[in-house]
Amino acid sequence: MAEPLSRFRATYGSSLQHLVVMIACFALTGWVALRIAEEATAGRMLLWFVGAAIAHDLILFPIYASADRVLRGALGRPGHAGTEGQSPVAHHSMPRRAGQAPYRPSPLNHIRVPALATGLLFLVYLPGILRQGRETYLAATGQNQHPYLVRWLAITAMLFLVSGVWYLLRQIRWRRVDGSTR
Amino acid sequence: MGVTDRQTGFPQRWWRALERHPPPVPGLTGDRWRSPLRGPWLTAVYGAVLLVGLPLVIITGLLDYAAYGPQFGQALPREVGWLRLPPFDWPTRPSWLFRVTQGLHVTLGIILIPVVLAKLWSVIPKLFIWPPARSLAQVLERLSLLLLVGGILFEIATGLLNIQYAYLFGFDFYTAHYFGAWVFIAAFVAHVTLKLPRMVSALRSRPALRDRRLPGQHESLRAELRTPLAATRPEPPDPDDLVAIAPGAPTMSRRGAIAVVGGLSLLLGALTIGQTLDGGWRRTALLLPRGRQPGTGPNGFPINRTAAAAGIEPDETGQRWRLTVRGGNRMVTLDRPRLLAMGQHTARLPISCVEGWSTRQTWSGVRLRDLAALVGVDDPASAQVRSLEKAGLFNQAILQANQVLDADSLLALRVNGADLSADHGFPARVIVPALPGVHCTKWVAEITFRTGADG
Ligand code: HEM
Repeated sequence: MAEPLSRFRATYGSSLQHLVVMIACFALTGWVALRIAEEATAGRMLLWFVGAAIAHDLILFPIYASADRVLRGALGRPGHAGTEGQSPVAHHSMPRRAGQAPYRPSPLNHIRVPALATGLLFLVYLPGILRQGRETYLAATGQNQHPYLVRWLAITAMLFLVSGVWYLLRQIRWRRVDGSTR
Repeated sequence: MGVTDRQTGFPQRWWRALERHPPPVPGLTGDRWRSPLRGPWLTAVYGAVLLVGLPLVIITGLLDYAAYGPQFGQALPREVGWLRLPPFDWPTRPSWLFRVTQGLHVTLGIILIPVVLAKLWSVIPKLFIWPPARSLAQVLERLSLLLLVGGILFEIATGLLNIQYAYLFGFDFYTAHYFGAWVFIAAFVAHVTLKLPRMVSALRSRPALRDRRLPGQHESLRAELRTPLAATRPEPPDPDDLVAIAPGAPTMSRRGAIAVVGGLSLLLGALTIGQTLDGGWRRTALLLPRGRQPGTGPNGFPINRTAAAAGIEPDETGQRWRLTVRGGNRMVTLDRPRLLAMGQHTARLPISCVEGWSTRQTWSGVRLRDLAALVGVDDPASAQVRSLEKAGLFNQAILQANQVLDADSLLALRVNGADLSADHGFPARVIVPALPGVHCTKWVAEITFRTGADG
């Protein structure tokens, strides 16, 4: 019994259970595909599906990763006055006393996080912000989409403001601690 | 198991040849990935959150289909074969049932978006790995991952566009969202079956809350959620190729990354939940259509379709309006004063839209079962309600027996002590506990009560 099973493994590249799970998955998808193929708009659905599959990895990721690289470049090499370069040596394995700020705080995450948040809000609530689907919106709600762009901008401003104030507080605290230990 | 299997399958010579001939694309050698946070533990944390959250979104979505009454052929899409929950009569109690299931579907679906994106970020190196496969098993698994990723983002995109009324995609939402869901379900179940053991072992590979010594190690590991930036190190090299070969210096701790994703989820949740709340809370849904009240006064709560959009003319709903009630071979016509002269019943019931928003109001009017009794039907099997609206997907709906007979099921004439407004369905509309809003027919013209005999 072990003999044919291990031969199967060597040929297929995984267990029999793996194959069963895959067949079940594709059988269901195949059934759906046959059912959908009758729709006049099947081509569009397929296009959106494939678009969705690559939307993060080939579109969103390159955008936010390059934005992040640019940001890090602009800020120099922030936040690592203590850890030299990329060495994984534990410069800070000694426990520190509470209240002692280990590094000079970096502005990096104080820009990154609100930028990420506002980008996400834009993506999720994009139809309102960019006034898409005006007619269906009006028919459904009896209203227009005017307020959303301004609201999104206001939320964005709030996010950066809170993050900026937080950064300043950290900076002040660090200066104090740093000054007292020198 | 899964893509982590390094095993080279049959025919070995071909797979090896593939491995030796990477296309001239940068990044395939794997040294381009820099984040020191990527690794099986972090991926498993995001995976575990999705493993809990997504089944809830799936089940509430399938319940939405059941709530439409598919037994009457009125759930969309109509033909779904065996791809549906087993048939059952959608209950009328608790009256907030649909408010909760559909509110949960939309709100949780939105809350999970940052986690989905974080999970995709955490595994992105795998997309560029060379060779993409070493065996038939890996080819199949990669194809199933395409269905998994395409499925979830397709569902999120169509869902988000639908609740904001921007049908940019140009195909039928119901068909696409429903069958897209099944493609996703198939791939999700397969993925979980294959990866669950790996998720568990990855979660166990690092302590989360308390510093712990793991078997086979002499130093105790620092709990991830207590590890600050200064002590953040890459995970050890893993069989899944998630850990960077040449990691950069960390700019955020792992707990920081988890907190950012959690914070983004909270932000989305905070800006969405208001559409299912009443009172001042509604306004907190700042960026969604249903964060705004369309007006003030008794009729100042959201609508789903204006009278103008439904093509309802004022003269159809004025003096001339009559309600036709049929049952067996009897027929009665009633004008609005006669309806108001019948026994009036008041109920505080939510109206819950399939788009996830809801609001509770005080409705009053005639009980549906009293109307049934008027035409001598004490034991209706169902009731068909027709609107004055001529076109439109929801200009008629069929109600189940329990929905006709519930003591709070009304042909409502008034809301919050005032006559219904035109947009809320004047002269009369249906309101039934736990029934999706689109089936609470507005501008009712005709109700036919059917007994078991006429089906
Ligand atoms: C894993 C992700 C998801 C799955 C598996 C899923 C599944 C489903 C299913 C099976 C239905 C019933 C469709 C029908 O009755 O024809 C449904 C309805 C719906 N879903 Fe989703 N869904 C997902 C994510 C989302 C998200 C993220 C949103 C919105 C932001 C969303 C919004 C909706 C809406 C508005 C409906 C109601 C459609 C209607 O009946 O008019 N869904 N979903």
